[in-house]
Amino acid sequence: MDLVGQLQRQFVDYTTSLTREGFLDDQFKQLQKLQDESNPEFVVEVVSLFFEDSEKLLNDLASAFQQKIVDYKKVDAHVHQFKGSSSSIGAQRVKNVCVAFKTYCEARNFEGCSICLQSLEQEYHLVKSKLETLFKLEQQIMAAGGSVPEL
Amino acid sequence: MKMRIILHLSQENDASQMVFTKSSPWAFLELHQWSYSTEKGHEQREEPTSWPVSGMGAHRFQGLVPDLVHGTYSFLGEGERRGMVFSVLFFLVRRPLSSPWIFHRLLISPSPLSQSLSLSFQICEELYLLAMEPCCIEPQWPADELLMKYQYISDFFIALAYFSIPLELIYFVKKSAVFPYRWVLVQFGAFIVLCGATHLVSLWTFSMHSRTVAIVMTTAKVLTAVVSCATALMLVHIIPDLLSVKTRELFLKNKAAELDREMGLIRTQEETGRHVRMLTHEIRSTLDRHTILKTTLVELGRTLALEECALWMPTRTGLELQLSYTLRHQNPVGFTVPIQLPVINQVFSTNHAVKISPNCPVARLRPLAGKYMPGEVVAVRVPLLHLSNFQINDWPELSTKRYALMVLMLPSDSARQWHVHELELVEVVADQVAVALSHAAILEESMRARDLLMEQNVALDLARREAETAIRARNDFLAVMNHEMRTPMHAMIALSSLLQETELTPEQRLMLETILKSSNLLATLINDVLDLSRLEDGSLQLDVRTFNLHAIFREVLNLIKPIASVKKLVIALNLAPDLPEYAVGDDKRLMQIILNVVGNAVKFSKQGSISITCFIVKAESLRDLRAPECFPVPGDNHFYLRVQVKDSGSGIHPQDIPKVFTKFTHSQSLAAGNSGGSGLGLAICKRFVNLMEGHIWIESEGHGKGCTAIFVVKLGIPESLHESKLPFVPKMTRNHRQTAFPGLKVLIIDDNGVSKMVNKGLLLHLGCDVTTVSSADECLRSVSQEHKVVFMDVSVPGIDIYEVAFQIREKFTRCRERPFIVALTGNTDRVIKENCSRVGMDGVVLKPVSVDKMRSVILDLLEHGAVFEAH
Repeated sequence: MDLVGQLQRQFVDYTTSLTREGFLDDQFKQLQKLQDESNPEFVVEVVSLFFEDSEKLLNDLASAFQQKIVDYKKVDAHVHQFKGSSSSIGAQRVKNVCVAFKTYCEARNFEGCSICLQSLEQEYHLVKSKLETLFKLEQQIMAAGGSVPEL
Repeated sequence: MKMRIILHLSQENDASQMVFTKSSPWAFLELHQWSYSTEKGHEQREEPTSWPVSGMGAHRFQGLVPDLVHGTYSFLGEGERRGMVFSVLFFLVRRPLSSPWIFHRLLISPSPLSQSLSLSFQICEELYLLAMEPCCIEPQWPADELLMKYQYISDFFIALAYFSIPLELIYFVKKSAVFPYRWVLVQFGAFIVLCGATHLVSLWTFSMHSRTVAIVMTTAKVLTAVVSCATALMLVHIIPDLLSVKTRELFLKNKAAELDREMGLIRTQEETGRHVRMLTHEIRSTLDRHTILKTTLVELGRTLALEECALWMPTRTGLELQLSYTLRHQNPVGFTVPIQLPVINQVFSTNHAVKISPNCPVARLRPLAGKYMPGEVVAVRVPLLHLSNFQINDWPELSTKRYALMVLMLPSDSARQWHVHELELVEVVADQVAVALSHAAILEESMRARDLLMEQNVALDLARREAETAIRARNDFLAVMNHEMRTPMHAMIALSSLLQETELTPEQRLMLETILKSSNLLATLINDVLDLSRLEDGSLQLDVRTFNLHAIFREVLNLIKPIASVKKLVIALNLAPDLPEYAVGDDKRLMQIILNVVGNAVKFSKQGSISITCFIVKAESLRDLRAPECFPVPGDNHFYLRVQVKDSGSGIHPQDIPKVFTKFTHSQSLAAGNSGGSGLGLAICKRFVNLMEGHIWIESEGHGKGCTAIFVVKLGIPESLHESKLPFVPKMTRNHRQTAFPGLKVLIIDDNGVSKMVNKGLLLHLGCDVTTVSSADECLRSVSQEHKVVFMDVSVPGIDIYEVAFQIREKFTRCRERPFIVALTGNTDRVIKENCSRVGMDGVVLKPVSVDKMRSVILDLLEHGAVFEAH
């Protein structure tokens, strides 16, 4: 059906653009590969978990920075976690920010860390919205009776 | 001479006596019967028949012999005869026989014939001795009874002796074992016995004896004569033999004396030899020079009972002899004597021991006391062999040798002389001492050399330790710098790329692009430096695996084509038809090498063409490789790949070619422009090529003539190409829905929920049975024999991954069913790898892990027991 095809094309374009813009990298493709009949909702599950985790981490980070004396070790640990999960998902830009964040942490640069935190939050919300859009598209395709094209 | 014999014969009734007034030794009485035959009427004398008168024989007539008269004479009368005349013949037997006397006349009255006729003779007249030459007749002396008796007794004793001699002979010969002439003995014995018998029989002939006695006597004498003649004849043969026995005996005695002499000589020689052996043993039992010399002197002194024994050694200058060792320590050591004395030259000129005067300076070792006579002195040279004398064809006969002088003195006042064997002993000892000294010298040299070596060893050890310390320091530095340098780099790159996404003015964008490019360059440079330092300290290892050779070249071509087309260069790739499709080696590094070389070719060529040729090196063409130190030997499971990259660019001056491979050097004459390279590229290539047991070099004829870069590397031939057991077939052909490991039990330790989920999904996708834990305790509790692989994220805080790994190992060493342990890490550097291998982990994998990567990792584990690739 034309709708399906259209939707599928939209899906493909969108995914490509995400990759091109650096939001998602190869790892995300790997995740998609892992989704099969035995595990149809794999990607969604992983991404949801990622969202949960990230939000928690961001809250922790925010609270850590509101302290009088910033515990950089704790901050580093959180950022490390965030880096790990974002790289597992394939959220490239988030990961980059984490990398930069870690440097500032080690340097105990408060301004740098604050900027990074803001940047992190920004990136995270960006990628979150993008992924949600992607999933919506998928659902639409599924609802329209088509299958999600593989990339 | 007249002799008056009165013969009184008696009739039966008329006794008469025959009395001899003078006796002759022997007398016979014979009766002659003259018969007349009157029938014919004339006197016819018949041949007288004589009868021995019984009772008479060879007799000594002494005194009265009345028996004569009364003897009965029997004869056979034949017929009647008348007028028988009987005459009595006297034989006076002496030696020689004297002539008989004849009675002249006898009157016999006929009487009736009877068997026995007793005659009576009447001596009517005197007897006259026939005149004989007085010389035939010895003066008669009257029969002396005493003399007779003595003669009798002597004869008896002679006979006795004669009988006893053979008995003695027989007895002694029987006793002796050796007597070659027994039959001679018998003969001789018979001779003696017969002589004795003769003498014995003659005992009876002193007086009148009968015919029997005379016969016996005659027999005895005859036999004696025969035997004695035979003996005499035999002795002619025997005596020379016996004499020769004597000569032989003399000869043997001489021989025995000679042998005794020789024996004495041999014994002395053997003595000498024994002494020499003992001395040699003593001398050789030590390798210390002083002990050798001292022992020599002591032993010689003892063996030869010397008074003094001294050794003079040449001084350093060689002009003097210095007294170095003496036996009795009675002289100042250090006493010197010039070496050019005639007596010393004499001794040095021969290798024999030379007798020298006790007054010469070398022998005058004791203060002369006037009263005693110094003993004889002998000197011998001792060659001193130096190490430089031991040349192969030049065994020491050189005249420029140095000698030491050994002086030996016999005890004074002993009148002892130097015997030949003693001199020989001394010479032999001198030789032995020379040999022993040379051995000692060699030993000293070798000890010195060994000490030197030990010192050198110590110094080298120190240097090595210092070097190791330096290397360790550098490695630590690098390890730290690795992390320290990369992190800001990544941060810079990450932030710059982030920045790129924001709203920027064109100038800002340009600036940002430059920043990004520079940071990328810097990152590459840092990676290169770190790589190189890893290469240099030898810690880099090739990741050997099977790969597609053709694909490598195609990829390189693809990468280079854009740049080449921009520069309007033509690239041609020629692969030899016999080039295998798959090879075993480090494909990443190989690609790096090829890329570098081709990249250089492209970089330095402004126009023209670049040709890449690849083929297998054959054995024959191995010789003409430019690298003499590279001797590639193709074998069954490997081959040598040769790649030639020829460009038509600016070329390199032949003198600069060696510098090309050194780090950080840039040829100044290179055209300006994008010689964007740190100068490390070729150096790194060379290192990689060397690691692959190959060689790389550049040929160029000069500027403007282009250059050719050639390298040869050793690659392995994959074993089984036909089976699709190859785990590293390009990813595109793999069906990623394939569940490769049904039911494989795995355990994941990760505290990051997301990555845990991702990895779990990955492994589930591969068909494994996954268990996840997030702490060390949970892990140790859950891990069991059924789990085949344990994946551990090393960056989990609060868990000492290494401790956990160790514990897992401990838990399972007994069961030998230990699961494989693989570490997942975001950063692979050598330190982590080392730590992992130290605790016994089977592999290290870099996050994030893709499906294919996970699949290959597990395959590696299952097939080879370890993970080969970790990127």
